Amino acid sequence: MMRLPLPTLIGLFITGLFLFTAIFAPWIAPYGVSEVVGDVWEPASAEYWLGTDNIGRDLLSRMIWGGQTTIFVAIAATVVSFVTGSVLGLFAAVVGGWLDQLMSRFVDLIMAIPTLIFALVVLSVMPVTIPVLILVMGLLDSTRVFRLSRAVASDIAVMEYVESARLRGEGRAWVIFREILPNALSPLVAEAGMRFIFMVLFVSTLSFLGLGVQPPAADWGGIVKENKDGIVYGIPAALLPAVAIAALAISVNLVADWVLDRTSSLKGGRNA
Amino acid sequence: MNALVLKLLVQRIALGLLLIFLVSIMIFLGTQILPGDVAQSILGQTATPESLANLREELGLNVPPLERYLNWLGGVVRGDLGTSLTNGRDIGASIADRLGNTLFLAMWAAIISVPLAITLGLVSVLYRGRWPDKLISAVTLSAISVPEFMMSYILMYYVAVQLGWAPSVAMLNDRMSLLDKLHAISLPVAVLVMVVLAHMMRMTRAALLNVMQSAYIETAELKGLRRASVIWRHAFPNSIAPIVNVVMLNMAYLVVGVVVVEVVFVYPGMGQYLVDHVAKRDVPVVQACGLIFAAVYIFLNMFADIVSILANPRLRHPK
Amino acid sequence: MTDQTKGTTFQRFSQKGMTRRQMLGRASVLGLGVLVGGTVPFRAALAQSPVKGGILKMGLGGGESTESLDPAMALAQVAFHVTRTFGETLLDVNNDGSLDMRLAEDVSSSPDAKTWTFKIRQGVKFHDGAVMTANDVLETMRRHSDEEAKSGALGIMKGIADMRVDGDNFVVELTDANADLPFLMSDYHLVIQPNGGRDNPNAGIGTGPYKVVEAEPGVRYTFEKFADYWDDSRGHFDGVEFAVINDATARNAALQSGQVHIVNQVAPKVAGLLGRAPGISVKNVSGRGHYVFIMHCDTAPFDNADLRMALKYAINRQELVDKILQGYGSIGNDIPINSAYPLFDDSIPQREYDPEKAKEYYAKSGHDGSPIILRVSDVAFPGAVDAAQLFQESARACGIPLEISREPADGYWSEVWNVQPFCASYWSGRPVQDQMYATAYLSTADWNDTRFKNETFDAKLFEAKGELDGAKRKQLYREMADILSNEGGLICPMFNDFIEGVSDQIAGWEQNGVWEVMNGLAPHKCWLA
Repeated sequence: MMRLPLPTLIGLFITGLFLFTAIFAPWIAPYGVSEVVGDVWEPASAEYWLGTDNIGRDLLSRMIWGGQTTIFVAIAATVVSFVTGSVLGLFAAVVGGWLDQLMSRFVDLIMAIPTLIFALVVLSVMPVTIPVLILVMGLLDSTRVFRLSRAVASDIAVMEYVESARLRGEGRAWVIFREILPNALSPLVAEAGMRFIFMVLFVSTLSFLGLGVQPPAADWGGIVKENKDGIVYGIPAALLPAVAIAALAISVNLVADWVLDRTSSLKGGRNA
Repeated sequence: MNALVLKLLVQRIALGLLLIFLVSIMIFLGTQILPGDVAQSILGQTATPESLANLREELGLNVPPLERYLNWLGGVVRGDLGTSLTNGRDIGASIADRLGNTLFLAMWAAIISVPLAITLGLVSVLYRGRWPDKLISAVTLSAISVPEFMMSYILMYYVAVQLGWAPSVAMLNDRMSLLDKLHAISLPVAVLVMVVLAHMMRMTRAALLNVMQSAYIETAELKGLRRASVIWRHAFPNSIAPIVNVVMLNMAYLVVGVVVVEVVFVYPGMGQYLVDHVAKRDVPVVQACGLIFAAVYIFLNMFADIVSILANPRLRHPK
Repeated sequence: MTDQTKGTTFQRFSQKGMTRRQMLGRASVLGLGVLVGGTVPFRAALAQSPVKGGILKMGLGGGESTESLDPAMALAQVAFHVTRTFGETLLDVNNDGSLDMRLAEDVSSSPDAKTWTFKIRQGVKFHDGAVMTANDVLETMRRHSDEEAKSGALGIMKGIADMRVDGDNFVVELTDANADLPFLMSDYHLVIQPNGGRDNPNAGIGTGPYKVVEAEPGVRYTFEKFADYWDDSRGHFDGVEFAVINDATARNAALQSGQVHIVNQVAPKVAGLLGRAPGISVKNVSGRGHYVFIMHCDTAPFDNADLRMALKYAINRQELVDKILQGYGSIGNDIPINSAYPLFDDSIPQREYDPEKAKEYYAKSGHDGSPIILRVSDVAFPGAVDAAQLFQESARACGIPLEISREPADGYWSEVWNVQPFCASYWSGRPVQDQMYATAYLSTADWNDTRFKNETFDAKLFEAKGELDGAKRKQLYREMADILSNEGGLICPMFNDFIEGVSDQIAGWEQNGVWEVMNGLAPHKCWLA
């Protein structure tokens, strides 16, 4: 067991805490997500630990449910992004040739459009529901995973052990999943952390713009939007969800930094 | 300038134009991917057979997609962006001022953030592993983790409302002097600078460190040159191309940041306009705005590549 | 709504004001003919002498990028203020219900209240230099009576049989008697323009104390002092600037950071917080403004009377008053009339939140259970999105699936209100019941935003106009209220105060709840201290 640096430990602890509350939200949250329990913007009290929100719902409960939505959407989008991006990326690297060229150029093309802008274009005709959000964010972001996994796999694909597997006559799928993927895993895991943060910020931004999760469902960006009138008076309901977003992003970042430091010199792929 | 450089430049510009053309296809397809009928999804519950038929007509859905695309593209090339579905206005006329405002905002954010990011990147490499590096890393890590809207509201609260140093709402007009205009947009620019700076600084630092691992740097260090001078004389010139790339990659954050910041500070630019029309499902406006944002971004990238071609010592001084 | 001037009403000042207004209002309604002229009661308040000069800056919510300067088309708050700033009407209604003679010096009626004569003020100049005549008044009224002009005042012009010029007088002949006609002429759309504004409706030419300099709809408007303005007691600023700030957070921040002197549409939930900020006071005044959810009675699924009734029972009005108005207002009863109106019948039973009845009506309506979409935006009224969420919750408890669709601020009044079948909105109210009903509930009114078409109701409205017996008229209004409440598409949960944030640099502020921001007269009457 190696010793973890302090920032990483803090990051792991906070990330774990957020995940725990998200998973067990129904048991932890004192009230329902849209249950109106008190007056508007009540201060913190024994009854409402973080006070109440813009129409008198318990803020703590709303933050917990909101965290569940935000984290679930971000994880699901990250999974979509990874499965699509890495499978296609590895495939492109192994197959090579015109197919690789075609896919790579297509990805270049998608990446020539800023992600938020393309997402807005697509959302202008799609119903804004959580599955649609996950798919749109995940697919658009898979381009970055594609690039990274293709680059990593291209390096690995020329290694002797891959070559020997090919000479043994193994099929492409075998080469991809048994030889390349295991060796490409650690840079991809570090990248997953970065993509997850990007997704959290992305869905929060969409919700803040009113184009993400729709009321009465809650997510952190949406809670900020609902309570923003109070922000210039220091009402915590407007600030706390944003703090939660930042705390989650920083802690995942700390963990990802550590993973990245331990693995290869691959530092790319941080750009959103 | 020599023939090789010229050829590269021409190639790069041609590639940029091709890319914009292809992006126009993507944006067009992006609004057509919905299985079923766009008109139905725009109208939703209020759809009646007549209103559906009208909207299909207006969107040109009765025409085959290829023809529809060519009509749209033809219009764009002639400078006709079409008319808005919701208010029937000419999109080009509605956008003109807004585009200028947005570019003005983004330009100043870039003018401030780029030199700052590069300087900070140099500083943090110079003091690698010591407190200035760690401080800069910690601050930039926080900055990229905080959503833009939160940073905007925090600045609005402290700087504008509490301290009264800057206006909280970015209102521009033609009669203002440049200085007044800069004062008016100081907060949105500050937010954009922080967002872009953090990303840019981190990547500049990485790019410089990469160069620092090269053999010639080691040679220079072994010659006994001071570290600052190694970085400035040897590492930096060779990092210009990667840094320019970093700068341009981060312009994507500027585009995203602009959208959010405009909404928060009620700035009459493209971002607010786009967001409103996405919510209204005004497809022609969204297509036009999407294309413009993408074209600006592609143009910036093209510009970056041109700079790195021109800055590349090996191309400038061919053997 | 627009235009409605939608305002907010506040209760604190209402008690006394209402009584006074009611008394005066009733006096006028009883057909006592000539109404009092003059601003006498207010002159005293203005005794501290105004300081000339400076620029008034107002941050206003409720503006759209598609607006024009045509007073006929004025719809949301910003257009209202623009119209009031560059133009004037024949007369204004004061907060106490008396009349303030402006471009008309005097008004009188025949004993049967069918013929009304307005004596037009002489020597008043338009911004283009022309002198205003009775003919300009006539043309203005004709234009607003014209269906094509799509004027927001069209509904109230309906009862006019003939208009003519008689020397310096403008004479109106009514088909039926109407004791309230002078009130109708105070409608803010009826700004007197050269040749009625027919030559160029968007020119923004009027007789007001300020000329339009720049108009960037949805962004900003600037005005400069009109040197030839006729009334020295008004128009103290050198110029006026309106910044359109639809976002409430940014609007209040602009006031707090000193960028603007006055903001409108302060949400009750932040009113107390804003009032604590240094150098700022929060002004509130009650009136006739109300916040509403409106259904189109002729559009599915709202063409089903049982579904409308189900929704009326599924809203918890008291909760909305408590949460959204925070004491700055009072409960509504699905009619656009409250006790601030003359001839209001306070014996109408209050409709309560009743999940059982809501379920019953919902079942009876046979609605297929698909979500009912309620469109809403922050500009509909302060706290509209919050109110919609509370509505959604209370409806859910009745088994009614409401779905909230948040719409952008820009375009809300032109593309959602009066277009979509179910949305949030506001009305600022009108001085008298007749005007309120004629503006929005008459079958043929252009602003009939509930598509309420009821012949019995229309007939009673016209009958009431000519009914000079107060008790009978009150009875007619009661019957109309019952019809509207039971069959109409209006869900009116609350009457609001108008709440504004005002910098301490502004002097000369008056309580005026006819419309928001001193009935749009802050630029006319205030000055920089």
